Amino acid sequence: MTALAETNRATSRGQSLARLLRTLLPALSLVLVLLGIAWLNPRAISYLGFNLMLNLAVPIALATIAQMFVITINELDLSIGPFVGFVGCVTATWLRDTPLFGVAVLLGSIGVYAMLGALIHLRRLPSIVVTLGMSFVWQGAAILLLPKPGGKAPEWLLALMGLKPPFVPFPIIAAVLIALIAHYGLMRTSYGAVLRGAGGNPVAIGRSGWSLLKIKMVMFGLAGVFGVLSGMALIGTTTSADANIGNGYTLLSIAGVILGGGEFVGGRVSPIGAVIGALTLALAASPLLTFMHIPPDWQVGANGAILIIVLAARVLISRREVRT
Amino acid sequence: MAEVEQDIIELDGVERHFGAVRALDGVNFAVRPGECVGLVGHNGAGKSTLVHVLAGTGTPDRGRISVAGVPQSGYSVLRARTLGIRCVFQELSLSPNLTVAENTRVSHRSITGFGWRGTAAKLIVDKLDEIFPNHGIDPNDVVADLAIGKRQMVEVARAFTVTDDPLRLVILDEPTSSLDAHTAGQLLAFVRRATSNGMSCILISHLLGEILGTSDRIVVMRDGKVVATDVANAFDRDRLIATMGGGARRAAAARTESAKRAGAPLRVRARPAHGSDGAELMAHEGEIIGLAGLAGHGQTRFLLDIFAASTRRRPNIEVTAPVALVAGDRETDGIFPLWSIAENIGIRSLAQLRRGPFIAPEREARFAEEWKDRIGIRTLDLWNNVLSLSGGNQQKVLFARALGSDARIVLMDDPMRGVDIGTKLEVYELIRAEAAAGRTFLWYTTETEELDNCDHVYVFRNGRIVAKLDRNELTEEKVIQSSFAEASG
Repeated sequence: MTALAETNRATSRGQSLARLLRTLLPALSLVLVLLGIAWLNPRAISYLGFNLMLNLAVPIALATIAQMFVITINELDLSIGPFVGFVGCVTATWLRDTPLFGVAVLLGSIGVYAMLGALIHLRRLPSIVVTLGMSFVWQGAAILLLPKPGGKAPEWLLALMGLKPPFVPFPIIAAVLIALIAHYGLMRTSYGAVLRGAGGNPVAIGRSGWSLLKIKMVMFGLAGVFGVLSGMALIGTTTSADANIGNGYTLLSIAGVILGGGEFVGGRVSPIGAVIGALTLALAASPLLTFMHIPPDWQVGANGAILIIVLAARVLISRREVRT
Repeated sequence: MAEVEQDIIELDGVERHFGAVRALDGVNFAVRPGECVGLVGHNGAGKSTLVHVLAGTGTPDRGRISVAGVPQSGYSVLRARTLGIRCVFQELSLSPNLTVAENTRVSHRSITGFGWRGTAAKLIVDKLDEIFPNHGIDPNDVVADLAIGKRQMVEVARAFTVTDDPLRLVILDEPTSSLDAHTAGQLLAFVRRATSNGMSCILISHLLGEILGTSDRIVVMRDGKVVATDVANAFDRDRLIATMGGGARRAAAARTESAKRAGAPLRVRARPAHGSDGAELMAHEGEIIGLAGLAGHGQTRFLLDIFAASTRRRPNIEVTAPVALVAGDRETDGIFPLWSIAENIGIRSLAQLRRGPFIAPEREARFAEEWKDRIGIRTLDLWNNVLSLSGGNQQKVLFARALGSDARIVLMDDPMRGVDIGTKLEVYELIRAEAAAGRTFLWYTTETEELDNCDHVYVFRNGRIVAKLDRNELTEEKVIQSSFAEASG
């Protein structure tokens, strides 16, 4: 028995090493990107530099967390980008001019998200189809609201996003806060375990007496909440809105979750990893490539290449986790 | 306080239909306090359906359910739980992405608030310690990282944990299917202890020895009906098999000496990846080779390595003919759940079913039809979804897929796990016939009885081959001895 126990321990040690690598991969890729930036342009590694480079990281991180909630329950939200754009338009117009109405619209849109979760669960519709359809709805609503780029962010929002705390740039503080809150809510609370379990084995969760309908509504509702926060943060940074402002966020948010160690199915996600993934993408997206003197025309393609490399590295590490 | 000994649960004339199939056809069934009821029957006899009705996951079309003498309307899983009835389902129902403690919390609504992790961890570890001493499971282990046997241990232990709901009856559906003999023994001993303390159990197992040794009373089902109920002592192995309807075939399953193939060509020569110092496995044409040992000691890995070696060279493994694999975990590795039965049978043989670049439907149908008859798949229509079959018949589909292919070597990864004895005997016969016709089988099994069908048996321990036994020297004792040798030393 001792020999057996030893082999077991050895394999589990090997597994936890692989898991550790996997958890560290998002952080490692972030460090790599930072090292690249530091090497190309040392002056960027400064308070001001980070403020500039990461000013779009906060909305991306929030959208990534929104996407993560949906991915946790084995669904995918293809509408998060246009939704962020829609929220941005509401923020730059109604929320500034008629705050109460603006708040009501935003709360209502979160309600719509929860309803989508219910619809997807009750009618057994593929979330990809439903959310792809919704992406046109959000986009259309945003264009109706703001046919031309414009509007202005509410003052309080500008003030919040423009905060200059001492020593640590605001985007970093915000990212840490987002990561910790999402981590606590999803990974540490007892209901969070049920929510994640619904991604791992929905049948078992249902048999234990939990309502899968409620779980889907909660998760989509949370995606709505973080989508709203993302849209507001985005407008707080850019100061004015455009109906197409969030369109790139759909792909960025999915990539951020996966880069951060999440899986498309099985409820394996990591909020901290997701935020780190979002930061990596935000940095790799333009500062790094600009410093590398890659012309803007090629940056989108280079972005994709970076994604493929990091995801490939993750697959290689996951393969070591394979069990007998 | 003289409480009347009331039945914990009672079913009266329960029927349940799936289309034209009467899965339960008027079942009367009761469990008394402090009793362990063994439930046996063929696959398709209605055991699983009965379990679902008892656990509240399936509603009967007709009939009455009473719990503690109170007739139930709107009986459901939640209701069953609050009444103290729980079930360990055959397909594992843990969330693989959660830790052991988190999975425990999922089944206990009351574990919540600050410090819930500790509460859940203590609850499950205490129960694991009680049932499986020296289990070696940490409550913070993620379930996906645990071997399947350990997952089953967690699953079983979780069913016995108590918080605010009472616990009166636990239904164990094949609880030992992934456990090795040692842990299975621990579990059955615990069941005995629990029932002597007044709890009740329903035990379903394909290992008749477990049923006979553990139950107070045995209920035999056939074709959706209860055909016999009696105290356990009144049964023995032969009577059980006879009652289940497999008796006639028992004689045919006895050992038949296969013709020795002295000069038969070598099919597989392989050495396990870990065991450079251990022995080597050799399989010739027409041989049935058994892989034995405790569950999870590298047998599956070894088969997968051989399978990989058939398409890509690997050190220490030599394979000289096409290979097919019959998966053990049919739900994840075996069937294509969205496909029809016929498509599931034909997938390994597309080359012969093709016309030009397309699959010819009539050839696919003919192929499936032929194998349906040869292997006895019980279905009305081969174009039905494969999930419409019972578990045993799904397994037959996997056998048909492998045996219908051009493979000369068939690897079997404990494929009979949880399959009824009638199906088993049919498949054994088929395997012997195929071997006589020149096919080679490598057969990993956790059931010692199945080794009777093998020409040679290799015993695995810690990923190494530690013993080779020929058919005439094969005894259960020797297999166990080799499996445990180091442990006792």
